[in-house]
Amino acid sequence: MELLILLTLFVVAIFLGVELITKVPPTLHTPLMSGSNAISGITLVGALLAAGSGAPDPLVNIFGFIAVVLATINVIGGYMVTNRMLAMFKRK
Amino acid sequence: MQTEFIYLAYLVAAVLFILGIKGLTKPRTAVKGNQLSALGMLIAVVVTLFDQNILSFQWIIAGVIIGGVIGATMATKVQMTAMPQMVAVLNGFGGGASLAVALANFYGLNHDLVPMISISATVLIGAVTLSGSFVAYAKLQELISGNPIAVPGNKVLNAVLLIAAIGLSIAIVNEPTNTALMVALVAVAIVLGLVLVIPIGGADMPVVIALLNSYSGIAAATAGFITNNTVLIVSGSLVGASGLILTSIMCKAMNRSLTNVLFGVMGEVG
Repeated sequence: MELLILLTLFVVAIFLGVELITKVPPTLHTPLMSGSNAISGITLVGALLAAGSGAPDPLVNIFGFIAVVLATINVIGGYMVTNRMLAMFKRK
Repeated sequence: MQTEFIYLAYLVAAVLFILGIKGLTKPRTAVKGNQLSALGMLIAVVVTLFDQNILSFQWIIAGVIIGGVIGATMATKVQMTAMPQMVAVLNGFGGGASLAVALANFYGLNHDLVPMISISATVLIGAVTLSGSFVAYAKLQELISGNPIAVPGNKVLNAVLLIAAIGLSIAIVNEPTNTALMVALVAVAIVLGLVLVIPIGGADMPVVIALLNSYSGIAAATAGFITNNTVLIVSGSLVGASGLILTSIMCKAMNRSLTNVLFGVMGEVG
């Protein structure tokens, strides 16, 4: 049953994502891409859970650690870069 | 902290991501949108640290510090003209992160059917995103030629690699403790990402990056199915779907066809 609820979430969120984007002015294409790229860094949540799991196999912690580093770069870099792009638009 | 509270906070984060993406589609609301989305990310990350399944913090603290310093330095130093390749690199790291999450769970989890299917899918999509994004970066940064590179039998090669990857994924689900199969899947998926993007010309690269961004969203969503994590599933599929629509909008703006991007044959058109 829980799997079915999660599948429902997955499918509904896909349709929501499709409806969310309709008309985007070309100047916002790159910032939107960059901003949603930062959101895909949400995998950081999965990375934290893996890195902190205290599992007996050290490979779990090592891959978890790598995941935390990469996802944090994605999140911090992603939001900062998007912010910089948008700040440039405002001045114009 | 109660699991219920954490999942309620995940719901708040997901709503902030939705408002954030919506805001980013209009010039007037774009700055606000990005801030709302960043707030959602902060909430999701902070509540996760209170999860009872997190037993040790040394790897987390080290990872966040190293990643934070690298990410902030990259974002501050990059030239405004180099933004598309910057997004490509960040996206590659995102795909790599989902790949690493899947591998960590491969070594740590019990090997039930749904988690194993999710792990295989995440490894495949994450690795393609990782290597494809770095080819896109190398092309835009002119580390390799930005011209379309003709690879003979490209479509056949792509099809063979994709079939091999799917075959390996099925084999892993059947034999969840076979590490050699997993190593092979990672290798095939990385090569697949390379050959998908190498033939495409530099001028079409922004569309490819938008598509790879969609892939990294899907990888985050499939990673969510490994551990039944709602915020990963919702946010990942949002990015996956909206990224695909943005790809199609960008294609239209550049007079390209989405089918050609999906099958990596844009170079032949141009």
